[in-house]
This record gives sequence, C-alpha cells and structure tokens, in this order.
Amino acid sequence: MSYPSGMRTSVEKVEQTRKARLNNEFPRLSVDDKAALLRNHHPDFREGDKLNLRCGVNKGERVPKVLAELIESPSRLNLASLDLTKPDYKTDVLVIGGGGGGVTAALTAHEHGAKVILATKLRLGDSNTIMAEGGIAAATLAEDSPAIHYIDTMAGGRFKNIPDVVEALVNDAPFIVDWLTKLGVVFDRKADANYFTHMPAGHSRKRSHSIKDLTGLEIMRVLCDEVRNKGIEVLEFSPAVELILDADGRCAGAVLEDLDTGRNIIVEAGAVVMATGGIGRLHPNGFPTSNHYGATADGIVMASRANAKLLYMEYIQYHPTGVAWPEQMLGLLLSEALRAQGAYVVNCDGEQFVNRLETRDALAAAILRECGPRGKGVETPTGMVGAWLDTPMIDLIGGEGTFLRRFAGIDHRFKKYGINPAKEPLLVYPTQHYQNGGVAINVHGETNIPYLYMAGEVAGGVHGHNRLGANSLVDIFVFGRRSGRHSAENYRKKPAEKLSLDHVSAHQEELKSLGISSGITSPMILPDYRFEKALTSTQYVNEIVEAE
Amino acid sequence: MKNKNVTMIPIYVMGKKFEVPEDLTILKALEFSGFKITRGCGCRGGVCGACATVYRKKGDYRIMTGLACQTVIEPEISLVQLPFISARKAQYAVRDIDTESLDLVKTYPELMRCMGCNTCTKSCPVNISVMDYISAAIRGNLEEVVELSIECVMCGLCAARCPAEITPYNVALFVRRLYGTHKLKKSPMLEQRLRDIENGTYKAEITQLKATDVKKLQETFNELQANKGASV
Ligand SMILES: Cc1cc2nc3c(=O)[nH]c(=O)nc-3n(C[C@H](O)[C@H](O)[C@H](O)COP(=O)(O)OP(=O)(O)OC[C@H]3O[C@@H](n4cnc5c(N)ncnc54)[C@H](O)[C@@H]3O)c2cc1C
Ligand code: SF4
Ligand code: SF4
Ligand code: FES
Repeated sequence: MSYPSGMRTSVEKVEQTRKARLNNEFPRLSVDDKAALLRNHHPDFREGDKLNLRCGVNKGERVPKVLAELIESPSRLNLASLDLTKPDYKTDVLVIGGGGGGVTAALTAHEHGAKVILATKLRLGDSNTIMAEGGIAAATLAEDSPAIHYIDTMAGGRFKNIPDVVEALVNDAPFIVDWLTKLGVVFDRKADANYFTHMPAGHSRKRSHSIKDLTGLEIMRVLCDEVRNKGIEVLEFSPAVELILDADGRCAGAVLEDLDTGRNIIVEAGAVVMATGGIGRLHPNGFPTSNHYGATADGIVMASRANAKLLYMEYIQYHPTGVAWPEQMLGLLLSEALRAQGAYVVNCDGEQFVNRLETRDALAAAILRECGPRGKGVETPTGMVGAWLDTPMIDLIGGEGTFLRRFAGIDHRFKKYGINPAKEPLLVYPTQHYQNGGVAINVHGETNIPYLYMAGEVAGGVHGHNRLGANSLVDIFVFGRRSGRHSAENYRKKPAEKLSLDHVSAHQEELKSLGISSGITSPMILPDYRFEKALTSTQYVNEIVEAE
Repeated sequence: MKNKNVTMIPIYVMGKKFEVPEDLTILKALEFSGFKITRGCGCRGGVCGACATVYRKKGDYRIMTGLACQTVIEPEISLVQLPFISARKAQYAVRDIDTESLDLVKTYPELMRCMGCNTCTKSCPVNISVMDYISAAIRGNLEEVVELSIECVMCGLCAARCPAEITPYNVALFVRRLYGTHKLKKSPMLEQRLRDIENGTYKAEITQLKATDVKKLQETFNELQANKGASV
C-alpha cells in the first residue's frame, strides 16, 4: 500500500531536508510563547467544548461536553427490579477494573490479608495499561532524585498538582520498579545491570524504564499471571454499573452487569477500589483516541453519582503523535520515545515548526496550528491531515538498525501496510490520549466518600492539568499499591445495615426537576461503533479544515 | 471525514453476506455489518490479543489466523468470531523456584508431546517463532525463550491450533518471569536509591519544594531543562 502519490511528493521534500536539519534543531518555546500557543490552539482552551455540570455534588464543575451528557443521564439500572437484600457476593475489598491500577490494588489488598474480588469489563488485563509503549518513570539513576522528579511533575502539571500526592508518587516510584522487577518483569538493562532509561519530554533526567516498546504489555502479562497464581476471584465481562452506598452515604459495594446475559450481580464489599481508567472512547472534541475499547469514563459517572468530588476533569491530554495514515491505524499512538531517539516533527515542506521535545500539550497545539490555520499539513486521500514524524532520523543519529532494535512493535505494524518507518516518515495528528483529572484522592487513594478509593487514570490531582509521559504507569502502581493496602487495613468490619441505591434515585429525581432529559442512560460501558459509526469520524479535523 | 469514493465489497460473516467498504479491518467490517462486539475486542491496536480470529479467503483451502483489529479484509472473505478457549496455566510462586534445578517439563509435562509441526509459528499473528521458543524451553534455555517470545500478545491462537495441546504462551510467560526474577542482576543504583529514600535523604528537600512558590519552582525547572543533556 505504502504512501499514495499525493503524499509521496511531500515525503520527498522531507527526505531532501533531512540532513540539513540534523544539526539545526528548532529552538524551544519561551514560557510566554508556550502559553500563547496553548491559549490559541490547544483544544483544552476552546470554549464551547465544555459544559458546567448542572446537578449533583459536582454542580458547576467544568467537564467535556460528552462527559456532561453521560453524568446528566439516568442510570442503566432498572432500580425497581433490584433486590439489594440478597447480595450475590460478599467480600472485604471489591476492585473495579482489570488494568494496571486495579490488578495492583487487588494483589496488594490480597497480600495484606483481605478477601478480594476483582470485577472487570472485558478480559482481565484488557486496558489502557497493556497498550503503554514508552515507559514508566522513577528516579533510579544516581544523577536523578525524587526531588527532581517532583519538580518536573509539578511543572508538567502547570503547578496545579496536589503536592502531597506528588510527593507520594515520586518517593514510591523507585520501589515500584523494584516490586515489578521482583515479580519478573524483564526491564531493559545496561551491561552494568542498571536499568536502561530514557528521558521523555518534560522530564529533566533519564528516568523512563521500558521493555522495548512493549512496556505495558509485559507488565500487564506478569501482573495478571500473578493474580491467577494467588487465586484471586476475577469476574470478567462484568462491568460495574452503579456503586452501592449505606444509609450514611458510605460506600458498601457495587452492582455489576453480566455482559453476556444482561443479569445484574450485587456485590457487597467492605471497601471498593475503583480503577476504571480513562475517557478516550467518548471521543471528546471529536478526536480520534489511543485508548482501548472500554475507556468510557464509567468510574467518573458512577462515582460522581455517589457524591464523590471531581477535580480537573476538563483537562484532556491529546497526544501529539497519533497515527494519521494508514486509515486502519488512525488514532493509534506513536510512542514519545521515537522523538526522544531523534525523530523530528516537520510539515508538508519538510520544515521544522516546533522542537520535538516540547511537552505534549505544546506539541499537540503546534501540530494543530500547522495543519489548520497555517495550512502546512499533509492531506491524505481520506481527507485527514497530519504532520510528519521523521522516523528515519533515528537511524541517522543512532546508527543503522537502531530503529528496529528499539521499535520492533511499531515497525511490525506499519510494515503490514507497506510503510517502512526506519526509511520513511510517519504521518501524525493529535489523538485523545489521557484524562488528566478525575475523582479527587488523598495519599492513600481515598476519596471524600468513606470506603471508596480510586487508583489510576480515574483519579485526579496527581498530574495537575497535564500529565508527563511515563508518569501514568508509575501513578497506577503507586496508588494501586497504596489504595490496596489502605483498603485492606481499613475496610468496614461491621456489615452495613442497609445497602442502598437511594443516591441513584435522588440523582434521577434531580434530573427530572431540572427538566434535563438526554435520551440515553449511563454509564456507557461500551461505545457503539455499528454501521456508519465503524468509519472513523474526526469532526475536529473537519471543523478546522472547513473553517479555513 | 470526507470519504468520497468508497468502494463496497461483499464479505461473509458466519455465512451471511454483507457489503462493506474495502480496506476495513476485520473488526471494523464486523461492526460496519452491525455486530456489537463485547468479547473479542480490547485495545483495537494490535497489542492485547483479545481479537484473535480465524477466517478463510475465497477459493483458499486454508484456515487463516489473525488479529481482527489488524487484518484487512478482502472481497468474499469468510469471517467468524472465535469462541473463548480456556487454557491450562500452572500455579507457582516465581520467587520460590530454584532456576538451577528447574525442569520446565515438570511444570508443563505436555511440552514433551511437541512434534515439531510448526503449526504454532504459522498461526502466530505477530510472527513469533513459537516452535523455536518451545524447543528452547524443552532444552532449558531460558534466555532464548525470553528473546523469542517477548512480543507475545497472549492471543491464544498457537494453543488453539497446536495438535499436541500445548499452551505455548503460558510456558513462555512462566519462563520470562523466572528469568526476570532470578537471572537479571540487581541494579546497584536502584538499591542505593531505595536505601536513601528509606533513610529520609530527600525528605527535607521535598518538604521545602512543597512550600516553594510557583514562580521559583518554574525557574528551578527551567534551569534543570537547560542542563539536562541527551535524552537517551
Ligand atoms: C496507547 C497508550 C500508550 C500509553 N503509554 C504510556 C507510557 O508509555 N507511559 C505511561 O506512563 N503511561 C502511558 N499511557 C497511559 C497509561 O497507560 C494509562 O493511563 C494507565 O495504564 C491507566 O491505568 P488504569 O489502571 O488506571 O486504567 P486501565 O489500564 O485503562 O484499566 C481500566 C480497567 O477498568 C476496566 N473498566 C472500565 N470500566 C469498567 C467498569 N464499569 N466496570 C469494571 N471494569 C471497568 C477496563 O476494562 C480496564 O480493564 C498510555 C496509554 C495509552 C492508551
Ligand atoms: S505466541 Fe501464541 S499467544 Fe503469543 S502472540 Fe503468538 S500465537 Fe498468540
Ligand atoms: S504446534 Fe504444538 S506440536 Fe506443533 S510445533 Fe508448535 S508446540 Fe509443537
Ligand atoms: S483488539 Fe487488542 S489486539 Fe486486536
């Protein structure tokens, strides 16, 4: 297949300018220029894509439109038909979500003596975690320190991060690398047995630990295997649809839905750890997404209905380098490590317009500007636009074979479509990637609702307004471990007197009294891609292209 | 999306005919045909192995295997959704296993049934030399198993097709974990860092940073960035 002729002309320009670019890197943005770029071109700053919530404890909170619609909808549950007096399962700790955060919380709660059930939407391990390519951040090098990691994380988050939680993150990070290593994760090493690390954008030291470009896959395989070895009870294809509270509004379990039979399953629990991940499959702003099939913000919807407080939910991270061609791979992520290893970002004429090591938000905004108002994007036959990520520079800088050695997975996937990324540049466009905010937590992963914990992407505050690369993997394990342990030690010992979904009926009453009717129910559980919706829609691109 | 000239092609899903745009992946072709996928879909990006599937091309006698989210359809292709196939997994505590006296065949006795037919390798959607890592496992060469199997997405297709009923991916996972736990040396720098954190070496500095105003923190960050050196 390779590149169609229309795109070839641009590829040739990229080839012609490659050598000259090598020792001539585009300067970094000044603080003011970066602020202006974000203000004018980052989707986070576009008015009209967000709404203030009109109901519940989070009334007034600004969130993406697509999320507001789900929060302001009635429940999927038929409340009248549920009998909460006969739970199907009773457990000390219920973990909701089978990605990195959930599996870690389950293992840790089990390790601390609690009886654990893990309920998840798809197969155990099907998650955003398994997709992580780049790496996991931890200050393990001698020239690094948790203090420097702290500064970088705060600066990346526009200084809006919750300091105590960041302190927990950076201090625990090296212990997480140790924990994973002992479980048998085969991290890339150097000849002297120290870890091979690299420096994603926004970090000031080499602190991202990887397993080739398969970091999440390797970690997830090992952790799922460990869950099976420990005999922890796992309920697959059984997503949670509502949290259960007691008469005093404290968390007491969850109602699940069996995806095969539609039956509801009631789990009474002494504590609940929610680790349901992100929001990508809602396609905020009409962007493509890098996220897995189940990333539909269910946790946010359930938690906010149970009166948990949200933080920074309006901030969505767009990864600058999502695939824009071939069409079959649209939205898939191309790891930051490609840029760290030398791939420059250039326009249709092969000119640089931004430094490759700017933070994600700035780089995404710069690409949107280049492809939109500046008209320097490359158009594909399907009407998508993008900028080039000049991957052949990696071999030019690192020597022949570097690309293949470091990026076997990427190489394999593109070659299927006749593109050789070691020799040809890749077309990229920002893709929805990460939910920066979420349910507010403290250092133990506790929310404002007693016995309700959050771990991972569903939680907010750790990353402020913008997460740095490699900082999420470490976050999910740090807070997976913290919430797992704290919940195992502090779950409710005396059973709740009454299990209740009154908060859900109250929510529905409120919607009625406000005259809000969305015509749908929530949480979403799975996106609907049937019929025409199977064809990738990229409204955002169309909007800017048409606005020109 | 400005999809102007879409060419439609016929495909068969469990024997039923549908017309879908050419160039779709199997996963999207199923969805375009109106199937709502619950099982058999995870990352949609070729890394999780949830969408393992089998199909047949027109006029071809072979059963082909692949990942539905990665395989592009062709006219008159016959699709199904693969049912869930459970697999045997040994129970173990990796840290307690002595790799010197380890006999993999004790944990997975069915390994000895391998007849070298290479069906596993031919069915692997990410082109892993499955048979080679199985034979490395039988020979006890852990490092070779790690190298050959590292890209395994646990899709289960090799096991589904193996006439000797071996579950190659679980054997490989077991070996990789053993190798990671026992054969990789400890990192001296990490050991030192863990001791330093436990001794509170960074406590005062971080406490001070937490109280530092944004402007000052930003300046410190800028200095760090200016002097950070190469990224790899
Ligand atoms: C392509 C890609 C690459 C990335 N690369 C990196 C990287 O290199 N470094 C880094 O630090 N971060 C990276 N990230 C981000 C990071 O991987 C994720 O933010 C992180 O793994 C999230 O972990 P989690 O456990 O919170 O959520 P997930 O891993 O997404 O797990 C959530 C789980 O909850 C389940 N679930 C959802 N809803 C329900 C429900 N209602 N009931 C029950 N279960 C439910 C899901 O099925 C899933 O199993 C990447 C993300 C993507 C998408
Ligand atoms: S080795 Fe087996 S389980 Fe792993 S990817 Fe290949 S076919 Fe799938
Ligand atoms: S398919 Fe089974 S029997 Fe054949 S080579 Fe592979 S492991 Fe051996
Ligand atoms: S859905 Fe994950 S590999 Fe296809």
